[in-house]
Order: sequence, then structure tokens, then C-alpha cells
Amino acid sequence: MSLPITPSQTVGPYLAIGLPWPDGPLAVPEGTPGAITITGLVLDGAGKPLPDALVETWQADPDGRFDHPDDPRGAVAPSVAGFRGFGRSATDADGRYRIRTLRPGPLPCQGGATEAPHLDVSVFARGLLDRVVTRIYFADEAAANAADPVLAAVDAGRRGTLIAAPAAGADGEFSFDIRLQGEGETVFFDV
Amino acid sequence: MTDQPHATAAGGLILPGYERPRGVHPPLNSPEYRSTALRAPKRPLVRLPQNLTEITGPLLGHERVTAADADLTSRHDGEAIGERIIVYGRVLDSDGRPVPDTLVEIWQANAAGRYRHRVDGHPAPLDPNFDGAGRCLTDSLGRYRFITIKPGPYPWGNHHNAWRPAHIHFSLFGRAFTQRLVTQMYFPGDPLFPFDPIFNSIPDPTARERLISRFDLAKTVPDWALAFEWDIVLRGAASTVFEREGER
Repeated sequence: MSLPITPSQTVGPYLAIGLPWPDGPLAVPEGTPGAITITGLVLDGAGKPLPDALVETWQADPDGRFDHPDDPRGAVAPSVAGFRGFGRSATDADGRYRIRTLRPGPLPCQGGATEAPHLDVSVFARGLLDRVVTRIYFADEAAANAADPVLAAVDAGRRGTLIAAPAAGADGEFSFDIRLQGEGETVFFDV
Repeated sequence: MTDQPHATAAGGLILPGYERPRGVHPPLNSPEYRSTALRAPKRPLVRLPQNLTEITGPLLGHERVTAADADLTSRHDGEAIGERIIVYGRVLDSDGRPVPDTLVEIWQANAAGRYRHRVDGHPAPLDPNFDGAGRCLTDSLGRYRFITIKPGPYPWGNHHNAWRPAHIHFSLFGRAFTQRLVTQMYFPGDPLFPFDPIFNSIPDPTARERLISRFDLAKTVPDWALAFEWDIVLRGAASTVFEREGER
């Protein structure tokens, strides 16, 4: 049996009515030891921030495990209480999103390779007829990033768009801007 | 047209593969919809393998939803104004399997075509008894059901005399990151379909039709509400993957 898939449509300008949750940006509860903040701007092709976008993140726990039955290694409840693995942040009036989470662990993948710690990201906005998908890696995981098969498949000159940098002067904060178009356009994936 | 589902071995582990639909979703760069001009990426997408992060996803449960969240008409002291309707259907994957216990979120304009949002400047009345947001979980058979008000069409600034056909926004998770979908449900026979660049951004006319709900007299509640049925099909996690792998 094969059914035709339902097509995507844009979230439009009024997603704030239906999608944000009060605890959406908290993939882990406030006050969790070791929690980090990932924050940045969502920018259009003119470099203008989007005040009406939604950023969602999905990731493994710090041990590289998922509380999910389709992980063939078995579903594992997170070792940190309240860890959800999923973050959702609408951008504010300045175009900024903010996710509070834990650093994910590395993951096994094809051919015995290991994926460096990363988050999968979906971006939704007016003007995007389908979500766009990217990944967040961490600048301080240079060795793991160098061995990551997904980064290796990306044009070396654009790899930097997938790397979150530690924010200056803010411990535990990483900066990751998303440029939808133009100079420094973020690498987006067909998933 | 779709790529064939495939199985991948992750560190010796066999993972399900999700089909990659081709020609189903609108192209990001759709100039008739003007907001795409500065927002749609210009560089080609890079193919992402479907590894552990992609074949898993948030399984958001009952803690996010109360039974009252599925009725958008009775959140306030007074009744919402407009044509009361029941919107129901199933969430399935393309293998025909129901997607149970998955979060469905909706938002919409009111009967006058006005959103409860600060940037909606349409000079139509707000309804103090209608917020326009709802959510529910599908049941064990993948079924969902909302009680709401039929949204009105509304003008927008895309081009001269542009009007959106009446629609309800739907957000779906499925069970994997690959299955995430946000879309819009329309109503049968809307005269605005031929003029709407968002509806028509879907290249295949038969795929567009899949966003149009079906009027269902059998599910109407006499003397109370009309009913519209709409099934949503997410990308399949081919159930044959493991068998195919075993045949090799």
C-alpha cells in the first residue's frame, strides 16, 4: 500500500498563534547542571533579521542515546532528568532564537564512522514554503568534526556555516546564526 | 515520484529509511509568492543521510494536551461566532500505517478572516470568544478531531487584490525528524484556489487537491455542526526495509 504524501505549505506570518510553547526553548529544565544556550539570528538575503521565524532542534542526549523505539540500540531514558531532546523557539522582534539544552554525544553511523555531536534544526517562516533543515556542530569539537561524514560531504568553504562558536564572554553559550540566503548562506540539507 | 526507501547500516545497525518525496512539496523559490524572494535559499540542498538523529524524533505526549484543547469554540464565557464545524481525519504514513499518539497543532483566522495577532491589519472584527489555536494527540488508530469555526478568507499584500482561500494551518511531528510537516488544510469548492500563489506553489495539481478537505454529511451533527474530513499522509518508514535487507 502506498499513499501519496501531503504537500507542505508555509507557516505564514501568524505562527505565533499556534506553535510557541512557554517551555519550548527548554530542551532541558532551567537550572540543569551543564546546560548550554545556543542562540543566534535568523537572517534573510538582505541581512535583515526575521521576527516571525520558528527554530526547532532535535538531538541525542549527552551519552549519544535517544529515548525512541526506532533507535536499534534500544530506547534509553535520558540520564539527565527532564531532558526532552527537542527545543522550539520563535524568533523575537530582533530576529533572535534561543535554545537551552545539553551538549549531545557523538553517534555511530555507516561504515564504522562516527558523527560528531550535532543538533538537527528545522526553520519555519513566512516565505518558506517548506521547512529548511540544517545542523549545528560545535567549534570546540575540532577532531570529531574533522571525522564527521556529513561535514566531509559539504563544500569546505561552506562548512563553517554549520559550526556554532562559543559566545565571547558568556560561559556555556554558543552562537549560531542562520542565513537563509546570500553571502554566507547556511548549508541546508535535503533530509 | 519518490526515491525508493532504503536501509542504512549505522555502526553495524540497520536503520529504517524514509522516502524522499520528489515533486510533492512546493519549490522553496516560488516567485509568485513574493515573500520567498529574500527568504528561499539559493544554493542547492546537500543530501543528508538518514542516520540516528533523522530516524528518531520527539515523541511529545499527553502532558502537552488537554481534552479542551481540541475545541476552539468554547475557551471563553461566550460562544465563538461563525459557522461551527468539525474537522477530523487520520494521520497516516505513506505505507498506509496510522501514526498514533502524535501531536497535531492547528491555528487559523476567525470567521471574519482575522487572526488574533498584532501584525494582522485586516479591518475585520476580532472575536473575543475565539483565539484560533488548538491541539490534540491522535488516538491509537491515528485519528484526530477538532471542533472549530470555519475560517474566513482574507486579503493580503502579495499582489493587487490578493486573497487567501480559507484555510487552517496544521503542524505534525510523526515519529521521526524526517516526517515533520507543516501545511494548510483548505475547504472544498473555494473560488479563490485559482488565484492563490501559495496553494498553486505545489507543482502537481493532484497534489494540491490533497490539501482540500472533504465535506462529510455523515459526520455532521444535526442542528449543531457541519463536518469536514481530511487525512494527512507523512513520509513512510518503509516497513519492507528490514525484509529487503534480509534478502540480500
